[in-house]
Amino acid sequence: MTLDVREAVGTKSSPRPRREITTAFVVSRIAVLAVAAAILLYAAPPLVAAESWVSLGLLGAVSAAIAYLYLTRRFIPAKYLVPGTVFLIAFQVFPVAYTVTTAFTNFGDGHRGDKAAAVTAIETGSVRQTPGSPEYAMTAALRGDELVFLLVDPKTKQVRLGDSKGLSPLAGAQVGVTGKVLAAPGLTVLKTPEAAARGQEISALAVPTGDGVIKANGLSRAVEGKAALVYDAGCDCVRGNGDTWTADESQGFFVNARGEHLAQGWQVGVGLDNFARVLTNPTISGYFAGVFGWNLVFALASVLGTFALGMSVALALHHPRMRGTRFYRIALILPYAMPAFAMLLVWRDMFNRDFGLINQLLGANVDWLGETGTARFGVILVNLWLGFPYMFLVTTGALQAIPRELTEAAAIDGATPWKAFRRVTLPLLLVALTPLLISSFAYNFNNFNAIALTTEGGPFPADNPQVGGTDLLITYTFRLAFGAGGAQFGFAAAVSVFIFTIVAVISAVAFRRTRKQEEVYA
Amino acid sequence: MKLALRHVFVLIVCAFALFPILFVVSAAINPMGTLASTDLLPTGASLANFAHLLTSDSYPFGRWFFNSVFIALVASFASLLLSMLAAYAFSRMRFAGRRVGLLALLLIQMFPQFLAIVTIFMIFTRVTELYPAFGFNTVWGLMLLYLGGALGVNTWLMKGFLDTVPKELDEAATVDGATHAQIFWRVIMPLVTPILAVTALLAFIGTMSEFLMANVFLRDPESKTLAVGMYGMIAGDHRNANFGMFAAATLLTAIPTVSVFLWLQKYIVSGLTAGAVKG
Repeated sequence: MTLDVREAVGTKSSPRPRREITTAFVVSRIAVLAVAAAILLYAAPPLVAAESWVSLGLLGAVSAAIAYLYLTRRFIPAKYLVPGTVFLIAFQVFPVAYTVTTAFTNFGDGHRGDKAAAVTAIETGSVRQTPGSPEYAMTAALRGDELVFLLVDPKTKQVRLGDSKGLSPLAGAQVGVTGKVLAAPGLTVLKTPEAAARGQEISALAVPTGDGVIKANGLSRAVEGKAALVYDAGCDCVRGNGDTWTADESQGFFVNARGEHLAQGWQVGVGLDNFARVLTNPTISGYFAGVFGWNLVFALASVLGTFALGMSVALALHHPRMRGTRFYRIALILPYAMPAFAMLLVWRDMFNRDFGLINQLLGANVDWLGETGTARFGVILVNLWLGFPYMFLVTTGALQAIPRELTEAAAIDGATPWKAFRRVTLPLLLVALTPLLISSFAYNFNNFNAIALTTEGGPFPADNPQVGGTDLLITYTFRLAFGAGGAQFGFAAAVSVFIFTIVAVISAVAFRRTRKQEEVYA
Repeated sequence: MKLALRHVFVLIVCAFALFPILFVVSAAINPMGTLASTDLLPTGASLANFAHLLTSDSYPFGRWFFNSVFIALVASFASLLLSMLAAYAFSRMRFAGRRVGLLALLLIQMFPQFLAIVTIFMIFTRVTELYPAFGFNTVWGLMLLYLGGALGVNTWLMKGFLDTVPKELDEAATVDGATHAQIFWRVIMPLVTPILAVTALLAFIGTMSEFLMANVFLRDPESKTLAVGMYGMIAGDHRNANFGMFAAATLLTAIPTVSVFLWLQKYIVSGLTAGAVKG
């Protein structure tokens, strides 16, 4: 009650209705503080241990901002928006923004890490066995979480432990007849299957020995070798094998006098090169119009088809004297309840020419996915099957919000059912559903799975195996970006930016209509 | 007469919806268990594929089933709450950046998600180092990831529904002295049950069949969800041989979704707002 006095004083100057400090108010404020404190207590220590001060500062600032937001009486809309927005920023906005920044780099196979990592990879990758050096019997083991080699010299039978720092003697190891170490104090010896699972780590470990390194050769042998290629910081180049490769910072490669480069490079900024490549690449620009046209048809047919069918059944069931709606609804929802990727594969098999169900039922011998026309019809049909239950569900939900009085009034005023639908029900439905239709359009425009799991873009004409009859922009360009040339993330990101621009522009036109509708009906 | 026409039309659509599923059923009870030997009508009935699936050593199906249902239930409930909160603000309040925020929500969904996977992988490599409880191969990490998509198109769906719910109802509550939180929980939530039920179902189904992210995220056989695990069943050379088992798994996967639908169906009822505002 003492709290009430202060609140009452505050409201004197305010025209707003007086609000009491209720138990719920106090409890919710305490809960907010407790949650914020708990998150801080959980999240802070690992960040301190990792010495990542920027993240720690960010964590502190975000927790403080959230605590303040829910303790104050101001910023009411933000109270409702912040919970979802935090996750949205972390797991959608940030990944998209990061993808856009990679469009300006050459990130991809051969350009994954930084320059130091590239130098290490080049040097260790060029290790050749030193003539006359011993071949050790090697056993992989774990010291804590760290992978180490246990090396047995074939002549002296002496056991040594090798890690990334170097060799050290190892006492008390128990050696088997094959020369493998069976057990060693303080170490966990890996059995063959366990070692095989760590194959990549094992081949990456290089044990330095004075003038060379010891590397694994398979899972049970190790040899001493020397790097044939060596990086020289003085000339910023790699020497060896009678040649010199100089670092080229604009390409992210070591290049020799003849213009050849070493396979391993590093990530560098390439400016607008990736975007220029999308525009000037003859295999992209040459077929763009055709692929884009089909892509539009596919997306529009998918959205309009699923919406028309889903809405029709929802309307058919939306009748007070309709019986059996429970049964019908379950049957209609089933295509949506099955895992989509599984059903895409099942449909592909049903279209099979030789043992497919469609040909069996029709008694036909049509190569459905082998001809452009039928393949296009097929993927749209499959997408209709997969998508109409969604439209059925959302229309059913939206129909409940339309007061029945409106359609009843229209009927009394002498409107035919078609007119009542056209003038009353459909406009009201579209208020709620237009954004979903736009979003569904965007989704289907980039519906990678629907094509990749059924036709894989095919059928491909014999004279041009690059672009198939059912290829969408996304399947087509990603084949270019991740095909024969290895994964080129930078290029793929540039393609994504272009596709995004196209979809956004088309959607922007549709948005104008939404705005008009909202002003009329909301 | 009109009712009869409605039944005929719905029956035709049901036939279209069900015939591929009939094919899956037929494959699931086909004793041969291969793709090539399956017809629309089963050539024999046996539960061998189901037995095989449930007792398999290489495919811990029961575990996948539990993982999927658990993740889908918790994630869809949480994302429902998050998107409902946002939809309330977008529909009932006027604030700077409202229109921009709504557009941004829709626009962000239009970026091809395919590549974002690379970034998400890098984010969670770091998270796994710092907080193993939310890292790769954990249910909680995947759930956080799914909550990133909570404010997507579902917010628009609910906002659109709320826009059609008469504003007079919450204005009346405000006049009676209710706070914004009371209006949200006591007035708005009961009114929007139909769309809550629909959205919950959509979120549940979306999570159950989500494959792309889960496939990157869950590597450990014990932590997999149904979609990831089943994809592994027919990957590569196993396609034809495992088809019967795969079909059985597909059918079992539909059970939780249909159960949730049966449970929610009674909330998708007509006439909740009918008569709420009268002259």
